[in-house]
Amino acid sequence: MIEVQHITKRYGGVTAVDDVSFRVDKGEILGFLGPNGAGKTTTMRILTGYMPPTDGKATVAGFDVFTHPIEAKRRTGYLPETPPLYPDMTVREYLDFAAKIKGVPPKERRDRVVAVMKRTHVADMADRHCSKLSKGYRQRVGLGQALIHNPEVLILDEPTAGLDPKQIIETRDLIRSLAGDHTIVLSTHILPEVAQTCQRVVIIAKGRVVAVDTPEGLTARLQGAETLYVQIDAQGAEAGPMLTAIPGVTRVAMSDHREGVHGFEVESARGTDIRRDIARAVVTSGWGLLELRPMRLSLEEIFLQVTTDESAPPPVAAGDSASPPAGDVAQGGVQ
Amino acid sequence: MISVRNILAIAVKELRSYFASPMAYLIIGLFALLFGQFFYAYLDLFVRRSAGMGQMGGGPSNINQDMIRYVLMNSAIIILFIMPMITMRTYAEEKRSGTIELLLTSPLTDLEIIFGKFFGALGLYAAMLAVTLLDIALLFFFGRPEWRAIAAGYLGLVLLGGCFVSLGLLISSLTKNQIVAGVATFAVFLMLWIVNWTADQSGPTMRAVLNHLSIIDHFDDFARGVIDTKHIVYYLSFIAFGLFLTAKSVDSERWRG
Repeated sequence: MIEVQHITKRYGGVTAVDDVSFRVDKGEILGFLGPNGAGKTTTMRILTGYMPPTDGKATVAGFDVFTHPIEAKRRTGYLPETPPLYPDMTVREYLDFAAKIKGVPPKERRDRVVAVMKRTHVADMADRHCSKLSKGYRQRVGLGQALIHNPEVLILDEPTAGLDPKQIIETRDLIRSLAGDHTIVLSTHILPEVAQTCQRVVIIAKGRVVAVDTPEGLTARLQGAETLYVQIDAQGAEAGPMLTAIPGVTRVAMSDHREGVHGFEVESARGTDIRRDIARAVVTSGWGLLELRPMRLSLEEIFLQVTTDESAPPPVAAGDSASPPAGDVAQGGVQ
Repeated sequence: MISVRNILAIAVKELRSYFASPMAYLIIGLFALLFGQFFYAYLDLFVRRSAGMGQMGGGPSNINQDMIRYVLMNSAIIILFIMPMITMRTYAEEKRSGTIELLLTSPLTDLEIIFGKFFGALGLYAAMLAVTLLDIALLFFFGRPEWRAIAAGYLGLVLLGGCFVSLGLLISSLTKNQIVAGVATFAVFLMLWIVNWTADQSGPTMRAVLNHLSIIDHFDDFARGVIDTKHIVYYLSFIAFGLFLTAKSVDSERWRG
């Protein structure tokens, strides 16, 4: 549905987007994740035909956004970072204007406006001026504008920025409900959002794509080692060496201890399952096994690793071979 | 390629936003007031003069040549002062508030947007001129002015306004700050008016060039009730050139990001 091939954008001497390629399939929600200034907005502006790239090619719904901009734009809905509202129009007037310029036939316009207001939950503010709306409403009216012509592709730049927690949940639900009918690209620098909303993630840093995968896949692929959390009611001094002695264990670290209860992080090589061995060893030592669970990296940690690592080649895109230093992983898991 | 419906949508939106703020009413009111003042002053002068001429046994005086012409010439100058207020926000404000992103990512061509804004601003200008027709109507109530000459004068005013709007659009498209746009527009308009004030001291070629450049000078024939094709061509090509440069400016903005 969306195909981006080797897009580069340079402003003067600055390269904002550097050789970015990815594709989005029909009905999919793609998360565009990166720190501020990574090139997310620039990429989206190129996709929506707001600006041309210095180099490369982008296709939306089968139309090249540079050679057939009108056709592509007709099939694209775009919510920029700041909702592009006219302060002196009411919500209804604004959506009607958006419908007009996006080519909704005059006969259907009224119904579309009503339907979109209902869908984005702004109907109660229909006759209020846009300048008097709260941030949450502004964002939703902006989303309404993107939906008004029922486009095949939706491009949403930080759709939940500045919303309160309840509104964020509502907006995410709304976006999820739009998938299937629409192909969606959304950008964010908030990680849980990606995990909750998106089927696939493109991580971008300094204008380059550093990873493309499902949220689960990213988590799994980045974990070079499996880490287990083990909680035992024994003295740490005794349990530590015992755990280390189990075959396959590469590292043991004590992570927490309260009266009579000790937690350990136990690392093993990827692909080896040592849970049974640990359980057996603990029980045969006469201790009580209180907890045993795999520790997963949260997306947040992955994101930090991927985007802060300057020298290393893109670890995920490169494949399974590269793994971050194990110690970092373990520490990250505890905090 | 260019859809009239899209142009109309933009033009109506522009007009609406003028009238949603006090700006439109302020501009129309201000112009009506100044026009009325000139109208009264020249009418008064005209009445006294023709009374005097009557006593001295001179020929009948012509209200078109001796009064309306001067009123229209003076209102052209006022329009020069007022027009930057109409055009300064057209692009600058959309760029500042980010709504330009809505326009540029909608299935509209640049030309549709430019024409829409052009006709929107021209619409407000037309409303401004329409109010002054009330003053002119008074003349018909009490006398018999030549209406064709007046129509020619108003045609001239519309063309002159079109030049100001197209140049104003261009300057507004160059900046995000509408105050900067307004001041720059005003400066350029003023320059285009007074550019031939030194023409008399110049050589013949220079004089012709300077006189030709002066945007208000071309209006004089219209004010006298004469429609001369050369002035129409001048104004229309001025408008076209202004809109062309605006299109280039909008396009280059896109590349610079």
